[in-house]
Amino acid sequence: MRWLSDAAVDHLRSVADRPDLGGTPYELAEPIARGGMGTVYRARDRRLDRDVALKVMNAPAPAPGEVERMRDEARILARLEHPGIVPVHDLGTLPDGRLFYVMKLVRGRRLDEATADAPLHARLRTFERICEAVAFAHAQGVVHRDLKPENVMVGPFGEVLVLDWGVARWLAGSGRAESHGTVLGTPGYMPPEQARGETDRIDERADVYALGAVLQFLLSSEGESGAPRALEAICAHARALHPDDRYTSVSELAAEVERFLAALPVHAYPEGPLERVARLAAKYRTPLLLVAAYLLMRTVLALVARV
Amino acid sequence: MVQAVGSPDPETRRRAFEALVAAYWKPVYKYLRLKWRASEADAEDLTQGFFARALEKGFFDRFDPGRARFRTYLRACLDGFVANERKSAHRFKRGGGAEHVGLDFAGAEAELGRQGAPAGGDMEEYFHREWVRSLFGRAVEALRRRCAEAGKRVPFALFERYDLDGSDAARRPSYAELAREMGLPETQVTNHLAWARREFRRLVLETLEEATGSEEEFRAEARRLLGIDPP
Repeated sequence: MRWLSDAAVDHLRSVADRPDLGGTPYELAEPIARGGMGTVYRARDRRLDRDVALKVMNAPAPAPGEVERMRDEARILARLEHPGIVPVHDLGTLPDGRLFYVMKLVRGRRLDEATADAPLHARLRTFERICEAVAFAHAQGVVHRDLKPENVMVGPFGEVLVLDWGVARWLAGSGRAESHGTVLGTPGYMPPEQARGETDRIDERADVYALGAVLQFLLSSEGESGAPRALEAICAHARALHPDDRYTSVSELAAEVERFLAALPVHAYPEGPLERVARLAAKYRTPLLLVAAYLLMRTVLALVARV
Repeated sequence: MVQAVGSPDPETRRRAFEALVAAYWKPVYKYLRLKWRASEADAEDLTQGFFARALEKGFFDRFDPGRARFRTYLRACLDGFVANERKSAHRFKRGGGAEHVGLDFAGAEAELGRQGAPAGGDMEEYFHREWVRSLFGRAVEALRRRCAEAGKRVPFALFERYDLDGSDAARRPSYAELAREMGLPETQVTNHLAWARREFRRLVLETLEEATGSEEEFRAEARRLLGIDPP
């Protein structure tokens, strides 16, 4: 029997693991991301001569329920036609029986990398675009359930794509919902009801909670002065422990952030009189400066006339 | 396959046992040489003796998939067997009716010479690594036989050049070089390679299924072996 060196064993391992796309119009390139259920590769669509992202199940012998989950994921994505959600082009089965689906290849940077040096208002605009995509999914009856900075890509023109709908579920119930007690999601971003596996209690407000955590993440680079209190209050309201205490929808959360950007009072934060003056001063800074400049000029002119 | 070792049908029992010996003898031999510091002759005797005793005493019939992986269980049985053998200072006699012919001990010894001792001295990891090496080696041999039987000389030659000789990326030829070498269009090179790799993957899983103790263990090992789930 032929001697296999450690390098040969490692290489053969990758060979055995690498999906065979024989019989499909795709050519496999390098892996892009690897998850618990599937791996995403860059691939070439020979028919259309373009690069795509191809997600394939990890194991030829998947655990029970995994095939259904991945098929659901592809179908959910196919239903969500929105500029902020990665479109699905194809769904199929490899010669070894593994399910795969093909998506648009996303070019850009992850939210955490893309916003590291961006000013606050730019980060908040990005956040609003994430909210738009998630609100659209909710309107279609889908909850994402794993929103976090790693699952958002920001393109070169500031466009936002929400990725990884692997644990998303139909709000109305797909008939294949996982049993009570199943915990899927990311600690720190999932609400208490999701962490406890209370799957029947999970609705849009689970994503509101996660988006609150994403907003908190976007504010974390505000330095020593800290984020504005109104924004901190919006985060806290979105991340309330009980779903009834959160914003009832993602649109409501986005509207709060929009109010902040427009220097309007936000519902989550009752401001004091001084804060009100400061906010109004910030809001009307340009006209106030013009008036001040005008008054100053008049004063100077009056003084000059006296001399 | 492990469960078939306890089958009431002697033929099923024999085939299952032979498959187990084929999957595990080499890791067992190397483990005995390194962990138990057995001499070559002792390691050969102990390897033969261990499998003979396992068959005789039904070691593997008592395996409970709910408690451990089969590989772990087998290693525990082996450690117990060697400790007993040494205590009673009783060497298992060779040729006692249960000797397995065709075990290439000289080949295993040559491999040991090339490999040296495991880094860090972690014998569990070492046993696992050897088990994977043996499994892949058997799958490569099965692929060689399958290609010879099916008249698929070219796909195996390509697999050998690209995936076995070229396992070191620096020495791996390009598809274009292979195409020139074999006088084939490049698309045929990739098609043949894809076929060989598909067969190889199937044979790895087939070999793995023989060497694991339950459907669940097979699934878990398939994932671990293919580098997907963390150990």
